[in-house]
Amino acid sequence: MINLKSMTNYKLIIGLLLLAAQLTSAQIAIKGETIYTVSGKTITDGVILIEDGKITKVGVASKVRIPKNYKVYSGKVVTPGLVDAHATVGFSGIYNNESDQMQLEKSSPIQPELRAIDGYNPQEALVKYLNSKGVTTVHTGHGPGAVISGQTFIAKTDGETIDIVTLDDATMLAMTIGPSVSRNFKSPGTAAKEIAMLRTELLKAQEYQKKKQNDDISKHPSRNLKMEALVQLLEGKMKALVTVNSSNLIMTAIRLAEEFNLKLVLDGAAESYLLIDEIKTSKAEVILHPTKARGYGDMKNMSWDTAAKLTESGIPVAIQSGYEPYVPKTRVILYEAAIAVASGLSFEDGLKSITFNAAKIIGQDDKVGSIEKGKDADIVIYDGDPFEYLTHVCTVITNGKVTHQECE
Amino acid sequence: MTHRILLALLCVFSVHIIKAQDTPVAYKGALIYTINSTPIENGTLIVQNGKILAVGADIQIPDNAKVFDVKGKVIMPGLVDTHSHLGNGSGGDRSGALHPEVRLLDAFDPMAVNLMKARAGGLTTINIMPGSGHLMSGQTLYIKTRKGKVIEDLTICKNVAMNICGGMKMANGTNSIRKKPFPGTRAKSAAMVRELFIKAQEYQKKLLAAKDSPEKAPARDLKMEGLIEILEGKRIVHFHTHRHDDVLTAIRISKEFGFKIVLHHVSEAWKIADEIAEANVPVSLIFIDSPGGKMEAIDLDPKSAAALEKAGADVAFHTDDPITDSRLLLRSAAIAVREGMTKPKALEGLTLAGAKMLELDDRIGSLEKGKDADFIILSGDPLSVYTHVEQTWIEGIKVFDTANAEDKAYAVGGYNVYPEATTHVHD
Repeated sequence: MINLKSMTNYKLIIGLLLLAAQLTSAQIAIKGETIYTVSGKTITDGVILIEDGKITKVGVASKVRIPKNYKVYSGKVVTPGLVDAHATVGFSGIYNNESDQMQLEKSSPIQPELRAIDGYNPQEALVKYLNSKGVTTVHTGHGPGAVISGQTFIAKTDGETIDIVTLDDATMLAMTIGPSVSRNFKSPGTAAKEIAMLRTELLKAQEYQKKKQNDDISKHPSRNLKMEALVQLLEGKMKALVTVNSSNLIMTAIRLAEEFNLKLVLDGAAESYLLIDEIKTSKAEVILHPTKARGYGDMKNMSWDTAAKLTESGIPVAIQSGYEPYVPKTRVILYEAAIAVASGLSFEDGLKSITFNAAKIIGQDDKVGSIEKGKDADIVIYDGDPFEYLTHVCTVITNGKVTHQECE
Repeated sequence: MTHRILLALLCVFSVHIIKAQDTPVAYKGALIYTINSTPIENGTLIVQNGKILAVGADIQIPDNAKVFDVKGKVIMPGLVDTHSHLGNGSGGDRSGALHPEVRLLDAFDPMAVNLMKARAGGLTTINIMPGSGHLMSGQTLYIKTRKGKVIEDLTICKNVAMNICGGMKMANGTNSIRKKPFPGTRAKSAAMVRELFIKAQEYQKKLLAAKDSPEKAPARDLKMEGLIEILEGKRIVHFHTHRHDDVLTAIRISKEFGFKIVLHHVSEAWKIADEIAEANVPVSLIFIDSPGGKMEAIDLDPKSAAALEKAGADVAFHTDDPITDSRLLLRSAAIAVREGMTKPKALEGLTLAGAKMLELDDRIGSLEKGKDADFIILSGDPLSVYTHVEQTWIEGIKVFDTANAEDKAYAVGGYNVYPEATTHVHD
């Protein structure tokens, strides 16, 4: 009896260990009829090997032997896990009531001290939903609508706590130039005032930065969270994520970035197609609005072929899910890129806009955004062209773990 | 003065100069989805005087016909959008929750630029609705997306003063729950609606009693008149509803008063597909790219379409523009198919099913001899993301052509293409 009992326990423990191994650090092989590595060549009839959450081997099936103990997943088309270059998911939740809308603090128009890691909900239903649509990495945080609404960060879409999911804890400062700010605050009431307020704060931050560099520590100013965040911006440790759509204000953002030597990311950028040379010269990066965004307010001149126009001119773009006040509470970048591809963007550039380009802009291209040896094992398997309406996201692998599966 | 009259007359005529050809026009060589029969490969569609003269594979093209070679293209009926807010119309205000007397047609702008989105998307018939922020926000308007200056150029009814030109918009769930005089709960919402219909039944009785002695008839009451049209089955109720219990409440009330109802949105249809089919109530679905946005829509799932088809219920699709874009209605059918609906039913959901829900299927919704010549020419399969609407025709008149640069801009957007945004979500 005793033996039997210990035997059962022993089996149970082994079983649990096996299960845990399979769920977390399993060894997985992926066979794809077409594997879009994005950074390198597209492989026909290829194999990807995964171990301990990383990609260990990529190649054609004839040259990559799949070890016996590997669990094999196969499908028609394989891409890297998708990277959403700008979302508010995890801050703006599925219910859309005041208990789950944490993307905009309206007590003051400039709050760079608001950290994303203090506001993100990794267990938000929409984060899980995005994972099921192939999105394995999100750059998310405080939303548009304030001069500086707060910080953004980068998370994987699988994992239950902030420490587990975080890839980068302070990535950009979210700023907005345009009419949406004056809808949320009494002052600034105009775009010109927004910029004046912003410049005033940045000048203060320059002073603070100077004082901090004093060799005599006793002369350092007392800690100021707002200033500390702005110094990070001035030092290029955080990029300026400026949501701006009309052409004149895009130029204003460029001017501001030049004045303070900021690393500028143009966000939304509905009228960017009017300023292709200027944007190129400025070296600003572009995270385009969702293709299917509604043409309200300063978005009225948006176009479905902006991604195509910018890409053709040599400006790499990422396409974002963005912020939606109503529905869909989060957009799905795969669907947004699909409309851009149907409107003239090439298939490869469409894929880049939601993988490699996005990873680059958010500074994570060493870990995510392409299928390469050593990178995180974030992989999506489809039963057809990823952009086609009829195609299913069959299998999603996040950090080497199967996090979604729906095709039989 | 005479000048003005002349000018007005000229305006009227200028619209009607674009008339359907009385010589036959044949579109030859396309894959034709007639909807009411199996698809016709290498088919020909012949139209004349705004009507369909013939459609088939081996049909005689009249000698005097103008022939267009559309080999490699796909032709299907003009799409029917059962629920849209294009045209900058409006419905009831905040003075109350029930506005059966309010007509959207009195505020609709037939020259609204946003109607070009519909033409670019291949939408030829639309049910234009007031919002869902009321239990009953007003009378809807059925239009064709013909180009014109006055509403009569677009309406399907002949005389907006005399005819019934649309349905009635109703809603339950949380959009219409507000501060007084709006209801504060779901049960109160239902009670207010039932009270109103009972009043209308009383009014109807008085009218009937006074049939032979008009002097005894009650005074005219616009609210009651709108409701009696519903009770008599002449005006269809288009009912915004999301959660499964709200859906069944809408059905229950429609059965109690015996009115015709079309369910709209129906996020949780997949939970009660059998009950909906059993009640013999048609459903118009919308697909949003993620669930939620409000509590009652967190279980929204595009598998509803397949579930309803399986249960035997009629399914159509709508844009609810600006909620989804009129240029992407075809996408709804594709999503339905991705989630298990059959292709023929999905294409029917874009056309004939919607036509039936507006009781216009005698004129539109399929490519059949004698029906209106409303059709679209597509570059490829209707359910592919890469397919574009190349031409949109209404009653034999072309209202959109992607070969025309200006029209092409309406299909993609750009600088000053859509100067006025379609606002209004549920106010």
